[in-house]
Amino acid sequence: MMHLLRQARVLDPASHLDEVLDILVVDGRVEKMGPSLAATDARVTDLRGKVVAPGFIDMHVHLREPGYEHKETIETGCRAAAAGGFTAVCCMPNTNPAIDDESVVRYVHEKGRQVVGGIVDVYPIAAVTKGRAGKELAPMAELASAGAVGFSDDGAPVENAGMMRRAFEYASMYGLPIIQHAEERSLAEGGSMNEGHVSTILGIPGIPSIAEELMVARDIALLRFVQGARYHVAHVSTALALRCIRGGKAEGLPISCEVTPHHFTLTDASVRTFDTNTKMNPPLRTQEDVQAMKEGLRDGTIDAIASDHAPHTIDEKEVEYTAAPFGIVGLETTVGLALTNLVHAGYLTLPQLVEKLSVNPRKIVGLPPVSIREGETVNLTILDPELSWKVDARRFKSQSRNSPFDGMVLRGKAVGIIHGKELWMDSST
Amino acid sequence: MSLQSRHLLGLDGMPQADINLILDTAASFKEVLERPIKKVPPLQGKTVVNLFFESSTRTRISFELAERRLSADVVSFATAASSVSKGETLKDTARNIEAMKIDMVVIRHAAPGAAHFLSRVVASNVINAGDGAHEHPTQALLDMYTLREKFGKLEGLRVGIVGDILHSRVARSNIFGLTTMGARVAVCGPATLIPREIERMNVEVFHRLEDLIPRVDVLNVLRIQSERQQSGLFPSLREYHRYFGVTKEKVERALRPITIMHPGPINRDVELSADLADGEHSVILQQVTNGVAVRMAALYLLGTSNGEGGI
Repeated sequence: MMHLLRQARVLDPASHLDEVLDILVVDGRVEKMGPSLAATDARVTDLRGKVVAPGFIDMHVHLREPGYEHKETIETGCRAAAAGGFTAVCCMPNTNPAIDDESVVRYVHEKGRQVVGGIVDVYPIAAVTKGRAGKELAPMAELASAGAVGFSDDGAPVENAGMMRRAFEYASMYGLPIIQHAEERSLAEGGSMNEGHVSTILGIPGIPSIAEELMVARDIALLRFVQGARYHVAHVSTALALRCIRGGKAEGLPISCEVTPHHFTLTDASVRTFDTNTKMNPPLRTQEDVQAMKEGLRDGTIDAIASDHAPHTIDEKEVEYTAAPFGIVGLETTVGLALTNLVHAGYLTLPQLVEKLSVNPRKIVGLPPVSIREGETVNLTILDPELSWKVDARRFKSQSRNSPFDGMVLRGKAVGIIHGKELWMDSST
Repeated sequence: MSLQSRHLLGLDGMPQADINLILDTAASFKEVLERPIKKVPPLQGKTVVNLFFESSTRTRISFELAERRLSADVVSFATAASSVSKGETLKDTARNIEAMKIDMVVIRHAAPGAAHFLSRVVASNVINAGDGAHEHPTQALLDMYTLREKFGKLEGLRVGIVGDILHSRVARSNIFGLTTMGARVAVCGPATLIPREIERMNVEVFHRLEDLIPRVDVLNVLRIQSERQQSGLFPSLREYHRYFGVTKEKVERALRPITIMHPGPINRDVELSADLADGEHSVILQQVTNGVAVRMAALYLLGTSNGEGGI
């Protein structure tokens, strides 16, 4: 089966490629690339005006399976990933049971192969501690050999400093990162939104920015002490935590971090509607924080963009603000928000965006880079950087609809992915 | 004359003209309350439901009286289940209200934004009777009414709010309303009970009553709840009383009368000394009387499509 992709701007930072080319795909491999290729029997897709990049990976999603299939399944999550332009996802272990045992790692990974033609690779992130309870180390060696690409108790921090030290030490043997949900619980407990001017107006209990900063600062001190460990800060949201990360990186410590689209797009002012789709953890912060996130992306302090895709049902979310669960879906809006607010707004070039959505996150979780090169398995994301579109949550492929971006008009969209023999194209374009 | 909104959810963003309209309307109702027969017909045939998810005797009675004196049909529903974990109750309640074709809903709930939530899902007019630590607009309106009655105007008046500002919806609604009306507002309490960045709401912050008292005409004293001590926000009620309790001795140092308000119920001799509560400068009982008139005004303006019927 031959497929000719015509006249796409091929953008591959790994091989310093940025040219308009034809790509001939044969049986899931890049057969040939050139300025103008001819292939008589091939299916032809015209990609003029589109960008083709190495397949994107969302390194922070919640697929909810096993245990919470009423919110999302590996299948619906993978559909959402494909629709959002991702050929791979890393899924967090706060399932039921938690991903703290090699059988669960294998189950999740295998299930990913079986659904949607295996177009989206599913890489499990396993728990740091058994049951994510913070008491005993999870069997990291077994988890790693079963295919876990990192460790995190995400949804909760590794709270105890002694436990974090041991986790750093143990994980360092396998070269895998500890991914921290950075939150000092004693400061954040009971809060539903960022603490500050808006929470004061609304009378909603706050989560202070210091809760994140303090945990990042503690972890960096531990990292300096342990040596050889790797530390990744999930969903950084505050200017001050980012400053700690910048300092740690300048020292040469092995730190990386990610930011979510909502933390570089929205502020806590959005909470004034009491819309529970503005409730997530870490919470939406201030304009200064949003600005700091964009600057951090620009100067490279922030390595990756990840959605923290966290599906919840309408019934779970349609309650009083303080009673609602944290989290929003993001797989289908991440690329559009990044193009709109980062690329078109002048913070990142397209090649830099590709680094933050493909090259860097793969590096962080120790996956080989994907490259668009003759002989390689085809693994790519197709972007239409200029397409103006309106987010419509009702049309999400995800099983859940909890998005604060519903109705927002964005400029730029992921319009398809090709991964091996599988192809997914946006039918509306 | 009509209100901008078809709900009364809070005083945040309410224009001066609307506050004036409610206060002026309340003045006419106060006159009605002086009559031998205190009932007028404007809400005849309208059904009002009072939904109290949090226990409150005085606010509920005040609303019920106001509704009955406007000739509305009144249903009251009180439940001890104030826990936010019972969130689904509110959504189901809203659906039931829709199904029963109720005209107006008065809601008190422990969750901030509960009244906003309701207003989005029902066709009835919604009045917020207190949503968590967010707003309690009719309380602030009756406070402003009482002050306007006593001082003639609110502009330039200096009001100090004392106590647990962090958890107080009364404080927030008063700050919104009073600053809109041109009064100057200060808050005073232990640093642990003053929310962050409250200065951005155009209020001054004090931590010593001695510093506040010389600068105000009015002290609005909030109820202190002992569970705040248990959650580590202040060391003891004794210490609270000594440093933040409003007493005759502290107030007399101002060498001029200071008007004393309290939203009730009072912890006598904890946040406010009994002699001040019952003293000549206390307007606490006037607040209660005015509460009925102000709530009649709010119900009337919302329930008659902004006051089309005569009083």
